[in-house]
Amino acid sequence: MNELVITRHNEMIDPHLSIWGWEIPVYLFLGGLVAGMMIISGYFILTGRTKNTLCSCFRIPVIGIVAISLGMFALFLDLEHKLYVWNLYINFKWQSPMSWGAWILIFIYPILILGILIRIPDEIGQRFPKLLDLSNKLRNKQQFVKLLGALSMIFGGLLGAYTAVLLSAFSARPAWNSPMLWTLFLASGLSSAAALVHLIGKDPAERHMLAKADNGFLIAELIIIILMIIGFVSSSKVHIDAARLILSGPFTAVFWVFVVFIGIIIPFIIQILSVNNKIPHTNVAPILVMIGGLILRFIVVYAGQYSHWSRNVFTGY
Amino acid sequence: METKVTRRKFLQITSATFAGAAILASSNRVVENAIAAAEKKNGVVKIPSYCSICFWKCGLIGYVKDGKLWKLEGNPLDPLSKGRLCPRGNGGVGQHYDPDRLKAPLVRISSRGEDSWNVTTWDEALSYSAKRLMEIKEKYGPQSIAVFSHGPGGVFLKHTMRAFGVKNFTAPSFAQCRGPREVAFELTYGELVGSPERTDIKNSKCFALIGSHLGENMHNTQVQEFAEAIERGATIIVVDPRFSIAASKAKYYLPIKPGTDTALLLAWINVLIQENLYDKEFVENYTFGFEPLREYIKPFTPEWAFAETGIQPDLIRETIRELARYKPASFVHPGRHVNWYGNDVQRLRAVAIVNALLGNWNRKGAFYKPVKMDIPKYPYPPYPEADYEVVYNPNSKYPFAGEDEGLTQGVRSATITGEPYPIKAWVVYGTNLIQTMPNPAETIEAIKKLDFLLVIDVIPNEIAMWADVVLPESIYLERFDELNISPFRIPFVGIRQPVVPPPHDQKDGWWIARELAVKLGLEKYYPWMHIEEYLKYRVEAAGLSYEQFKKDGVILGNEQPIYVEDGLKLEFPFTPSQKVELYSTQLAEKGFSPLPTYERPPEPPPGYFRLLFGRVPVHTFSMTQSNRILMDMVDENEVWVNSDVAETLVLKNGEYVYLKNQDGILSNKVKVRVTQRIRPDCVFMYHGFGHTSKNLKRAYLKGASDSELISRYDIDPIMGGTGMNNNFVTFVRE
Amino acid sequence: MARYAMVIDTTKCVGCMDCVVACKTENNVPEGFNRDWIAYETIGKFPILHMEIRSERCNHCDNPPCVYTCPTGASHISEIGGIVLVDYDKCIGCKACIAACPYDARFIHPDGYATKCTFCEHRVVEGLDPACVATCPTHCMYFGDLEDPNSEVSKLLQSRKYHVLQPETGTKPQIFYLI
Ligand SMILES: Nc1nc2c(c(=O)[nH]1)N[C@H]1C(S)=C(S)[C@@H](COP(=O)(O)OP(=O)(O)OC[C@H]3O[C@@H](n4cnc5c(=O)[nH]c(N)nc54)[C@H](O)[C@@H]3O)O[C@H]1N2
Ligand SMILES: Nc1nc2c(c(=O)[nH]1)N[C@H]1C(S)=C(S)[C@@H](COP(=O)(O)OP(=O)(O)OC[C@H]3O[C@@H](n4cnc5c(=O)[nH]c(N)nc54)[C@H](O)[C@@H]3O)O[C@H]1N2
Ligand code: SF4
Ligand code: SF4
Ligand code: SF4
Ligand code: SF4
Ligand code: SF4
Ligand SMILES: [Mo]
Repeated sequence: MNELVITRHNEMIDPHLSIWGWEIPVYLFLGGLVAGMMIISGYFILTGRTKNTLCSCFRIPVIGIVAISLGMFALFLDLEHKLYVWNLYINFKWQSPMSWGAWILIFIYPILILGILIRIPDEIGQRFPKLLDLSNKLRNKQQFVKLLGALSMIFGGLLGAYTAVLLSAFSARPAWNSPMLWTLFLASGLSSAAALVHLIGKDPAERHMLAKADNGFLIAELIIIILMIIGFVSSSKVHIDAARLILSGPFTAVFWVFVVFIGIIIPFIIQILSVNNKIPHTNVAPILVMIGGLILRFIVVYAGQYSHWSRNVFTGY
Repeated sequence: METKVTRRKFLQITSATFAGAAILASSNRVVENAIAAAEKKNGVVKIPSYCSICFWKCGLIGYVKDGKLWKLEGNPLDPLSKGRLCPRGNGGVGQHYDPDRLKAPLVRISSRGEDSWNVTTWDEALSYSAKRLMEIKEKYGPQSIAVFSHGPGGVFLKHTMRAFGVKNFTAPSFAQCRGPREVAFELTYGELVGSPERTDIKNSKCFALIGSHLGENMHNTQVQEFAEAIERGATIIVVDPRFSIAASKAKYYLPIKPGTDTALLLAWINVLIQENLYDKEFVENYTFGFEPLREYIKPFTPEWAFAETGIQPDLIRETIRELARYKPASFVHPGRHVNWYGNDVQRLRAVAIVNALLGNWNRKGAFYKPVKMDIPKYPYPPYPEADYEVVYNPNSKYPFAGEDEGLTQGVRSATITGEPYPIKAWVVYGTNLIQTMPNPAETIEAIKKLDFLLVIDVIPNEIAMWADVVLPESIYLERFDELNISPFRIPFVGIRQPVVPPPHDQKDGWWIARELAVKLGLEKYYPWMHIEEYLKYRVEAAGLSYEQFKKDGVILGNEQPIYVEDGLKLEFPFTPSQKVELYSTQLAEKGFSPLPTYERPPEPPPGYFRLLFGRVPVHTFSMTQSNRILMDMVDENEVWVNSDVAETLVLKNGEYVYLKNQDGILSNKVKVRVTQRIRPDCVFMYHGFGHTSKNLKRAYLKGASDSELISRYDIDPIMGGTGMNNNFVTFVRE
Repeated sequence: MARYAMVIDTTKCVGCMDCVVACKTENNVPEGFNRDWIAYETIGKFPILHMEIRSERCNHCDNPPCVYTCPTGASHISEIGGIVLVDYDKCIGCKACIAACPYDARFIHPDGYATKCTFCEHRVVEGLDPACVATCPTHCMYFGDLEDPNSEVSKLLQSRKYHVLQPETGTKPQIFYLI
């Protein structure tokens, strides 16, 4: 038997890391959601659907701006040395995912704003004719719209991946240290975004399409989860212990019940049925998907802080 | 602390002396002088002094930055610290800043044991105390007053009380600590082991530690030398039921069944003699009673000892052969806290005999001969006659009880029973009797019988909370004090002088003692007004420069021979036979076995485990648990339980349990440490935790008190020590 | 350029925490926090046990993930012998560096910035040993320059067996434990 007794008991560090509370999972969830929304909206823009749907071009970016701002605010709340936050923007540290993130977030705003501009709703347009003019001009520039769609997808992808890379880059925390994490977060971001758009979308065809897409994302998520677990258990001892956190540890119940069952399987079944017109479209499925996505971020953020290279969570030594 | 700031004038006592004020002023000025005198660099002032977080008295240097205490370091000139303090010594900073400190004199308002006080002036508190003591002396005689005093700071208080006619002085250092070893060595060699221990770990090739858990027991010089021994590759043998830190450094670890060490020692003696491994020349020339020993020891074979101790006969043989191989540079350490089972003198006699057979007395690598700086005493007037018998040892019931340190529990039982005569007042300096003496219930019972309890302390520890008057002393970094003249390898003297002034209305021990003397009408016993006059007198009488002393903190004397190897002559003038008494004529005379006897310790009742206890490196007894710096290392104790036992009892590492002892006493809740590092038949705790004084805000009810669970103690019939290791506990869940 | 390192002899360390206390007073480490700490690692079954005792702190890694992950450059490798330091005025308290350190060496100072062992850079520039090294009663810690082949640390690493903590994490720790 191995006993490891450590005399350190620093706040937020011992007995296990607890540096990040609710703020970071919320931030990551919102980031992932916005990422997914940008990819979807970028896809709509790119495929020229700007004409017939408001949702993708106006509402998505508006919600995106609000969501990302809330996320950044949560992140700001988490900072311990808030008055010094400006230091984030006088440097770019290419090795630091967090620095990347800070700058990606900056680029996302103009893309979202342009996304709003290209299709101003009539009510607003009537009140601000100049805005409408600009909007019309921009919308008619085919090249520009295409570029915007592409940028939106690219930055959405970057943002989504970044929210995961932020964690997976910490090789010090075995439970985060998976090369699959970014795909998981991207898939989850997409499924949550699809769910949200589904929720706010009016057009039955669009909703139908989104439900289908969502199901695709959910399946992808499930496969990624399985691959990730396989990846962990076929790796080193510390990674096996990390996997144990969700297989037979403190996070097992929440993970399987809330993330997998309620967040993926149930909405998947509901949406299969509604897509095949067995039951009418309901808001239950997308809400569950989003709850599942949020809880996933909580579990990942907390489990990573639990997992450790030298200290065994299970024996306390 | 519930204090009434509005001072009730119920203390109608006269004589507000101006002397007090004058001395106060001069005492503050001295602090400034000391600071001014010291070398200054980057706003940092360095002042040498000596440590008092334990009784080892290491020389230190206090760093004061912009007038505030910054840190402490060892004084490189000091032979005890050699420039490095132990963790507690470094943590002394936390004692100065302890927010829980006693800040002003307190006089009890309500009944004893309750927590409600008048904050008062020194004049009132001292006048009131003097009045009470005089009343008691008047009514019951000076013998009815007992003084408990531990540590060098109590010198002046004891002086005052001696002048007052008191003779009943005790300290836990004898009956709760080293008594048996000093008695055993005095019986055998006619000389003490003493403190610092005269063991020459530094040069030893092989030594055995019986329970001495160096590395947890942080007596500085010993730990430094222990590390040197490890580095040199000395053979270390550790005998302990617990895999101590020292055990982890040992070549041989003997996981002995608790209480059976004497059996092991007898077997060692047996092998030494049977295999002719002992030092024949030494035995022949310098010892008395070898033949009776040779006869006596025959049955105590390693095989016999195996049944008692659980140590394999081969291991017993191998370890003693190893000790013999390196003789005379090998030894068995006499230990320090050795009041274990109530038959400890016999065990320590066996230790003394093993050493004698190794011929290692005053030999390099074993026991050196300590030397001491010759500093004249201050010429005080003679004390009044006190022709009464000490209270703690009526009719010399314990023939070899200590004279200076006495038997604490003897005072306690006399206080309860009134026999041989009543004790009405206790004066307590620097000892937290509630945690220090076994069976605190008895201590409290005695306290309740007192007319008056005066406590001088630095924090509101349990004992202070029982007092009628509490006098807050400045801590050691804030005051002058008695000189440190420890016996060591080289003669030296160390000074204690203020590094920083006391933060509140605390006063120095010498000042308190002097003021009390003045109020008791004993002013003539204090020809000096300020302690510096006293110190200067003594130091200069020894032909040393007081100014240099204050600057360096330490003055070294000339080296003297301390080993036979240096030309020291071996002689034993203080035993009756003038030889090393393997066979103790003195014990025989008093009706005790002259050769060491082994008694099998009582077994724990089923489901119970023997309670063992000891030191944690970052705390001293029960006095440092409110030190915020040291609390950051360890702020509660744990109960160590063998992993297999824990599995059977389904105890989880880190869970809280209660301990219940054989007498049904329930502890405070305590964390379980599941570990391989202890035998299955015992549990272990660090001593000093589980404070019940609410005023120790952060230490209050943190961990469990071993003392509380030690309701049974076995008294050594030879010297009156309290063996505390025969208590048994079981686990109770919430 | 110098490369400072610490060599700690686990065979001599008694786990007394003196190094921790000395660090606290020297560096005014706030209540409740420690920059260094002790690990007691026991292997075996009673009574056949082996225990390694280690005084641990920031490893001043040669490949420090805490520095790489810091978004502001507050965490950096100093000019002074490669000591890893935090510039408190640049730190935003994002705690990324804390998550990045596999040794849990860092913490947030009550004033909001990330902090940790500095190798007592303020003493080192004055030619003194770090406080923990200078106080250790067993003299089991050594501090010095690995670039200098004649330094005590270099010599010890040449003559003795040693290990570093979690080499798998690729951080290249500069604290070496003699065994
Ligand atoms: N950090 C620190 N150091 C200190 C002190 C302190 O308060 N704090 N106090 C100092 C003082 S005054 C003293 S007296 C010393 C005391 O320290 P020591 O004399 O070294 O040790 P003890 O208290 O006698 O014994 C504690 C050890 O004895 C073991 N033990 C218990 N029962 C038995 C037994 O039956 N047989 C054997 N062989 N071993 C047994 C325990 O497992 C434990 O390891 O420490 C000194 N050093
Ligand atoms: N259960 C149990 N009992 C034991 C032991 C054990 O291991 N377990 N060990 C025994 C041993 S070996 C010993 S030596 C004794 C030690 O016994 P004590 O010397 O009584 O030790 P402490 O319990 O620390 O109490 C010391 C008191 O002195 C106070 N003090 C500290 N500094 C000063 C000062 O400068 N001036 C004044 N006036 N007061 C001060 C402290 O606040 C504290 O209240 O305990 C013995 N009793
Ligand atoms: S051994 Fe430690 S606590 Fe005791 S006097 Fe020395 S430095 Fe102070
Ligand atoms: S001070 Fe030295 S012996 Fe004590 S724990 Fe630290 S490194 Fe080990
Ligand atoms: S130990 Fe941790 S904090 Fe120190 S340099 Fe290495 S990664 Fe950074
Ligand atoms: S907490 Fe400070 S030092 Fe650490 S990564 Fe963030 S900004 Fe850098
Ligand atoms: S090097 Fe200095 S800062 Fe680092 S642990 Fe040691 S004392 Fe503390
Ligand atoms: Mo003691």
